[in-house]
Amino acid sequence: MENRIRILLLTLALTATSGCASLHRLWPWHRHADAEVAAQKADAAADAAAAAAEAAPPPTVIEPQVERRKIKVPKIAARNFEIGAKYGEISIESYTAAPVAAVMLDYHITEDFFFEASAGQADAGQTSFETLGGNIQLLTSEERKFRYYNLSLGYNFLPGEVFLGRNHAMTSAFYMLGGMGAVKFEGDQKFAVNFGAGFRVLPTDWLAVRIEAQDIVFKSDFLGTNRLRNNLAAYLGATVYF
Amino acid sequence: MLAPSTTTTRLPRRSISPLCRPLALLLLALPMVAQSAQRELLQLFVVEPYLELHTGPGRGYPVTQVVARGDSVDVLFRRTEWYKVRTERGIEGWAAEEALLKTTLADGTPFHIERGNRDGFRSHSWEFGILAGDYGGASMIGGLVARSLTDNLNIELYGAQFLGDTYNGYIADLGLSHVFKPEWRCSPFVTLGTGVERVEPKTTLVAPTHQNFQTAYVGFGARYYLARRTFLRAEYRSHTVFTNGNTNEVETEWKIGFAFFY
Repeated sequence: MENRIRILLLTLALTATSGCASLHRLWPWHRHADAEVAAQKADAAADAAAAAAEAAPPPTVIEPQVERRKIKVPKIAARNFEIGAKYGEISIESYTAAPVAAVMLDYHITEDFFFEASAGQADAGQTSFETLGGNIQLLTSEERKFRYYNLSLGYNFLPGEVFLGRNHAMTSAFYMLGGMGAVKFEGDQKFAVNFGAGFRVLPTDWLAVRIEAQDIVFKSDFLGTNRLRNNLAAYLGATVYF
Repeated sequence: MLAPSTTTTRLPRRSISPLCRPLALLLLALPMVAQSAQRELLQLFVVEPYLELHTGPGRGYPVTQVVARGDSVDVLFRRTEWYKVRTERGIEGWAAEEALLKTTLADGTPFHIERGNRDGFRSHSWEFGILAGDYGGASMIGGLVARSLTDNLNIELYGAQFLGDTYNGYIADLGLSHVFKPEWRCSPFVTLGTGVERVEPKTTLVAPTHQNFQTAYVGFGARYYLARRTFLRAEYRSHTVFTNGNTNEVETEWKIGFAFFY
């Protein structure tokens, strides 16, 4: 019987005290214990931070100051323009043949096509009528100057290479030119059409030598009837690429 | 990396023939040539298996040299869509633009070059053109400069010479043009402006005097993109010539030509 009473009392006592853990904040002596726990937690956090600091790589002695290399992109020189002069002989229809000089400026659009602006001058001789007629002069010396300009489209239709002996190779091209312009002659300026063909050789990358044949056609009634007049010319020229 | 090719031969060194030397020396004195020799060169690295070098600036010229992947070339200059390059071993040759666009700069970024395309056709700053046609029955040859204010609006300056049976002369026009659909390959436009006309009657007429007139014009036309920076331009204009007489004269003009944009 006594044993049973002891067990019952002990059970009651255990039941009563087991809830004290959850009620500890009610008691002033437990508040001190809370502060201790907080201090322990702070210590633990500090330890963790120290451990993390130890795990991190050590501070470097020399700071690497490598600047990223900046690539400057130089501009590529474009050499699509060609400027030069040519000299030759022009057979002015109804007049004698005469030396002719011209200047030209070319712009290469693609490897096949180019534009050319050209201007030239020749001093025409006498017509057959003047030669046979003795003292008759149809034109003044200023009117006898054959001046022309034209704008043409060119086509390199046979590009290739020419060889000088064993060691020299030069790029070359046959080309065709056609365009329009004006001719100032016999005291008048006429619309003119020009077409021709030539052969261009480049001894160096920037120098070209050309042989060219060209016909300049215009319509005139100066010598009696209104008809087309062909003026064939052959030239030797040199140009510089830039 | 590919081993250097054993089947290709070294390019023959091209030198100036003795006949050309005096002329070459004379032309070497030109400052532009001397200046271009001192330029800093662009270095490009081959990232494709190899880069082909041709003997000349054209598709038909034979390939006599290749540059292996990883090697570099210095770009000396370009002519149309061909680039004269020098390899690390000092060999020179011509590379196609299409092939060079597959190379990289020293920092690994792809090589890029501004070349004309449809985007440039739609939006650009300047236009230059050469046109020919008819002005009041006379043949006409002229040049055009245009500045783009927007993709649609341009300010245009046009100068031309006209050559007729009874009179010659010049015109100079300044005006605005409005392009309706600049993104279209064939884009229509309208134009409006003012100008001057100088008429030089032929000496066979009774009163051969030069006369200057002020003009105003309206017109329309179309631009058609061809390739790279080139396009076709065709246009019709109606000019009202303000004469000293009781009535003004009307001159019609049409022209067609090539133009370039930059």
